Amino acid sequence: MINKPNNMMFRVFIRLIAVVVVTFSIYLFFSGHNAPGGGFIGGLMTAIAILVMYLVFGVSTIKESLPFNYTYMMSIGLLLAAFTGIISWIAGYPYLKQFFDYFQLPLFGEVELTTALIFDLGVYLLVVGAAMTFILTIVEDDS
Amino acid sequence: MEIVMSAVIGLLFAVAVYLMFSRNILRVLIGTLLLSHSVHLILLTMAGLQRGAPPLLFLEAGSYTDPLPQALILTAIVINFGITAFVSVLVYRTYQEHKSVDLYDMRGAKDE
Amino acid sequence: MSNLIVLPILFPFIVGAVLVFFAKNSRAQRIISGIGSLILVGLSIYLAVVAYQQDTVILEAGDWSAPYGIILVLDNLAALMLLITSILAAACLFFAFGTISSKREKYYFYPFYFFLIVGVNGAFLTGDIFNLFVFFEVMLLSSYVLIVNGATKYQLRESFKYVILNVFGSALFIMAVAWIYSVTGTVNMAHLSERVAEINQPGIVTAIAVMFFIVFGAKGGLFPLYFWLPKSYYGPPAAIAALFGGLLTKVGIYAIIRMFTLIFHHEPSFTHKGLIVTVAGFTMFLGVLGAVSQYDFKRILSYHIISQVGYMVMGLGIFTPLAVAGAIYYIVHHMFVKTALFLLAGATEKVTGTTQIREMGGLIKSHPVLTWSFFIAAVSLAGIPPLSGFFSKFPIILSGFQEGQWVISAVALLVGLLTLFSMMKIFGYVFWGENKLTEKQSEVSVTKLLIPIAPLVAFSVILGFAAEPIFTYSLHIAEQILEPSNYVNAVLKE
Repeated sequence: MINKPNNMMFRVFIRLIAVVVVTFSIYLFFSGHNAPGGGFIGGLMTAIAILVMYLVFGVSTIKESLPFNYTYMMSIGLLLAAFTGIISWIAGYPYLKQFFDYFQLPLFGEVELTTALIFDLGVYLLVVGAAMTFILTIVEDDS
Repeated sequence: MEIVMSAVIGLLFAVAVYLMFSRNILRVLIGTLLLSHSVHLILLTMAGLQRGAPPLLFLEAGSYTDPLPQALILTAIVINFGITAFVSVLVYRTYQEHKSVDLYDMRGAKDE
Repeated sequence: MSNLIVLPILFPFIVGAVLVFFAKNSRAQRIISGIGSLILVGLSIYLAVVAYQQDTVILEAGDWSAPYGIILVLDNLAALMLLITSILAAACLFFAFGTISSKREKYYFYPFYFFLIVGVNGAFLTGDIFNLFVFFEVMLLSSYVLIVNGATKYQLRESFKYVILNVFGSALFIMAVAWIYSVTGTVNMAHLSERVAEINQPGIVTAIAVMFFIVFGAKGGLFPLYFWLPKSYYGPPAAIAALFGGLLTKVGIYAIIRMFTLIFHHEPSFTHKGLIVTVAGFTMFLGVLGAVSQYDFKRILSYHIISQVGYMVMGLGIFTPLAVAGAIYYIVHHMFVKTALFLLAGATEKVTGTTQIREMGGLIKSHPVLTWSFFIAAVSLAGIPPLSGFFSKFPIILSGFQEGQWVISAVALLVGLLTLFSMMKIFGYVFWGENKLTEKQSEVSVTKLLIPIAPLVAFSVILGFAAEPIFTYSLHIAEQILEPSNYVNAVLKE
């Protein structure tokens, strides 16, 4: 991996591109369920954005600015997904039954919020965590 | 369309199997990737290639596609993502330990 | 509808996810995983009782009714498998506490141990072919991580082969699912059973059935796809090898039994009495020949897995209630005894530092308890009455003769003899003979390691002496699974 990159254009544009990619990934994440998108795609895209930044700014810089433990992130994702199912269990329905309702939110207008979104958030965290863990395992190895 | 799909699947499968027979473990990894693509296409083709709207929320479309194979393929892709991630790391670790990506060079390791 | 039956999947899943947070703290990991595995045993005992009382319990996940949604089905067969799985998992886990190195522990040994159980339990419970694939993958992915854990050169090379073979097997699995979906238009097992019965299993469905047989045969270690098994089970530490040897191949066998009793049971003269019986014969004979020719403790045991998988499939192939009951009894017996033998091999390795039986000798003097535990498990495996091995082989071979399957029954008897021979070979080399142990080695204490093994050996004895109630239970299960309408009606609620 490049530790001392010296590419001006790349560095300038990547700040722009990373923002666009992350925004789009969040859009994809929220549009899921009733339209193409969802936690998996959103998560992969976020992972790509983080990876591109790793590529440009080097491993140590990004590690300081984004100090996530991706293994824990995976585990939190798994727990969130499992936890969503338990909500419906406590409510007396079969495991993983989803509930939804429409809410009026400021700025967004009418929004459909579902418990499946929490499940998707779990998937999102899992995918970001898994993708980053697997690539960083190879990248961080100096030998 | 089914004929074209069959040809594509056959080609992908042949390439995948060819790569998997190779001695180079990196090629074997790429072979498994192509293999999974070809079986996903099989799943799509065997379920019937249809045109139409997704059967979600809207009731005015003329025809609907069968959502099940797509759900199955998406699941299979996610699983395949996990497996590919694992196999890549495995290939890398194997390369580190054996100092080679050639299966012939890995024979007769001392710690058997 | 009962949410309880998701627990065998959900509970190890949560335990595994929580364990990730304690990856660097082996003490906390041991406490959490130990308690978790014991809770799982209690849970599966409770579920076995529930299944016995209510026959078939189903859960429609997410409240999507069958055949559209994902359903979990708990019948007696699944409950029995869950019960044995949880006991084996607990035994191997406690054995791992005493043997596994801390380096391996830190590389997520315990989390993946529990994810493996998630996959195995899911495969037993699911009522949907595609979900069976998903849970197989969960199980396999965890097994990849566990089998390569420690990353020695040998492990890396053999795991690579194991992984690639299984990836190819999974690809065939998806293809088989695609074909069955295109012919019948469903992936729900109960619905499939109904639809295949409606069209009376034409040739194309039989071809798909054979495809499924190949897929599960590769996972279960059947002829001619068993070649990966002895090598890959040799590499990992004893606790993992024991769990794999006892558990993983049996998931493939369970899937074969489920498929060929529930869905593809209309052409028994070709699929069961032709294909399955032939494959079973070759599997057990070649497996036992492999075992006879080896001089390595773990390899001999691995080859015996293959030969014994043959017996189970043979019981299915003969396809009478008695034979299927025998096969189920055999699975129970085999899972306990084989795991016990692998763990005993691990304990022996801890004493002698090798797995080559020719380099060992005379353990009977320094480690009598270890010796006699091995002796009980070994003669039980070989099928000497009154231990469990006899009562599991007897009904299978008896019904083989009743059905006029002379050749396979004769092969089965011969294989039993060779099994005894190779077990006595281990016993003669390792435990009898001149004492080759050094002073230091003969003082190594394995008492702690024998604690988790003792229940397994005891179960083998109990299964033999209390054969009647347990065999009645297996016969009950066999009659239940040979009557697919029970399952179909419970799932589709007609």
